[in-house]
Amino acid sequence: MKKTIFSTSRYRQLKSKLFFYVVCTFCGITMIPLFLILWELVKKGYKQFNLSLFTEVSPSSMDAMLAKISNEPIPGGILNGLTGTLLILLLAMIIAIPVGILTGIYLAENQKKTFTKLIRSLSDLLQGIPSIVIGIIVYVWVVKPMHSYSALAGSIALAIMMLPMIIRSTEESIKMLPTSLKEAGLALGGSYTSVVLQILVPSAFGGLFTGSLLAVSRVMGETAPLLVTVLGASTVNWHITEPTSAISLLIWEFYNDPNLAPLVWSSSLLLLLVVLGINIFAKSIAKKWKIQ
Amino acid sequence: MENSINNDKYILELKDVSVSYNPEKKAIKDVNATIKEHTVTAIMGPSGCGKSTLLRAINRMHDLYPDIKTTGQILLKGENIFDMNPMRVRRLAGMVFQRPNPFPTMSIYDNVLAGYKLNNIGLSKAEKDEVVENSLKSVALWDEVKDSMTQKGSFLSGGQQQRLCIARAIALKPEILLMDEPTSALDPISTNRIEDLILELKQQYTIVIVTHNMSQAARISDNSMFMYLGELIEYGTTKQMFTKPKDKRTEDYLTGVFG
Repeated sequence: MKKTIFSTSRYRQLKSKLFFYVVCTFCGITMIPLFLILWELVKKGYKQFNLSLFTEVSPSSMDAMLAKISNEPIPGGILNGLTGTLLILLLAMIIAIPVGILTGIYLAENQKKTFTKLIRSLSDLLQGIPSIVIGIIVYVWVVKPMHSYSALAGSIALAIMMLPMIIRSTEESIKMLPTSLKEAGLALGGSYTSVVLQILVPSAFGGLFTGSLLAVSRVMGETAPLLVTVLGASTVNWHITEPTSAISLLIWEFYNDPNLAPLVWSSSLLLLLVVLGINIFAKSIAKKWKIQ
Repeated sequence: MENSINNDKYILELKDVSVSYNPEKKAIKDVNATIKEHTVTAIMGPSGCGKSTLLRAINRMHDLYPDIKTTGQILLKGENIFDMNPMRVRRLAGMVFQRPNPFPTMSIYDNVLAGYKLNNIGLSKAEKDEVVENSLKSVALWDEVKDSMTQKGSFLSGGQQQRLCIARAIALKPEILLMDEPTSALDPISTNRIEDLILELKQQYTIVIVTHNMSQAARISDNSMFMYLGELIEYGTTKQMFTKPKDKRTEDYLTGVFG
């Protein structure tokens, strides 16, 4: 009898260990693509990864060809893309964050309503719409009536893509707060609005901030919707109604021009590093502002 | 059944108060009671008897949940709370919850003043300092936290947090203070301090406290209500209830036959 119990427990321990190693192995496997991509980009992009990448606009195909012939690094950088991405993202944040956060609060606060279920389902559907379709729709809504490609049109497309992520993260963050927090605020005679704005939103701020940042990092590399909305520009542009460049658009342009191809790697490396940086920053903020 | 202690001035009168969570079943059935100023009234009874439901009816917390229906009249200083703005009712009837719940993003100082902020009542810096100092002194927390006002309230110990929550409630100078098992999540030493505090606060406020702990009710309350299956079975002075209960069910509860 004793022997049976002993062998059963040994068998279970072995099974448990085996399961642990299998899980660890698969976790490791999921890391491999990221490291391989990073390695490839560093290997091919470090030569062009210099100060001029940040300070100069994208070179012409002719300049790049001449540099290539004389075996020199390709001149120029992606300043027009950097400023364009910054402008488009800032505008997209201004549009998407207030709408997304307020919708998320509504969903968290009215969980049983039919309207809530409808909005939640629609928001999930919105997340599934291909980005190029969103881009084309914005082209019809904004670019055509304005008779011009513009940073504004690009930001509207990206804002639509950010919305579902902000809505969901806000809803989850607010739902995680204990009910007693809201009740305590209302029990002090506070109005519903003041309790939401002065207690719930600050208490869930870490979650809201992280969700918004992650949404930004998610859309930062989007190319398809920008192709049909902002078009691209060879100079730095700060006007929201004019065509603008973006890092992802420049990568696409460099890819399509054999003379500029080496710049694909340095630009991609920069984009990846920025996205990784935002992700790490967002996670650390979430950890720091976690409710005690 | 009309339950009243004597003919003194009543601050709170409950008339045929019923609360139902669903149309078929009442969680509280026709409770009638009157509560005198500057007294501590304990609401006792087994789990699920409706103690907290009754307490939460007094400051209209049930309004937050559309499925819950409250009927009857609750007069606070002679005024029916169902005719008043719920925000005013809650300012007049402060509440302390089972678990300490200081606002996590606010400092100790701001936690005490939270009621003023939420009600958009502007105070000068001197007035704010005075409210904070007086409220914290009233709950015997001033000496412990006066040098760490800017720290978050959530860094205090459980007992200190609960005293901070009481300070937050009394900062608004309510007419009555509703306490829903305020010591059930605390250790014995912190419980003792809160009990002493309740006896001190009685001089200024009328306190209604829900408690599971019979000895606590015996120690701190002047009057006691015994509830069972949503009904107010017995209401009288604590001394009388603990020595000569009128109802067999009260006696059975107090002697531990059920609980």
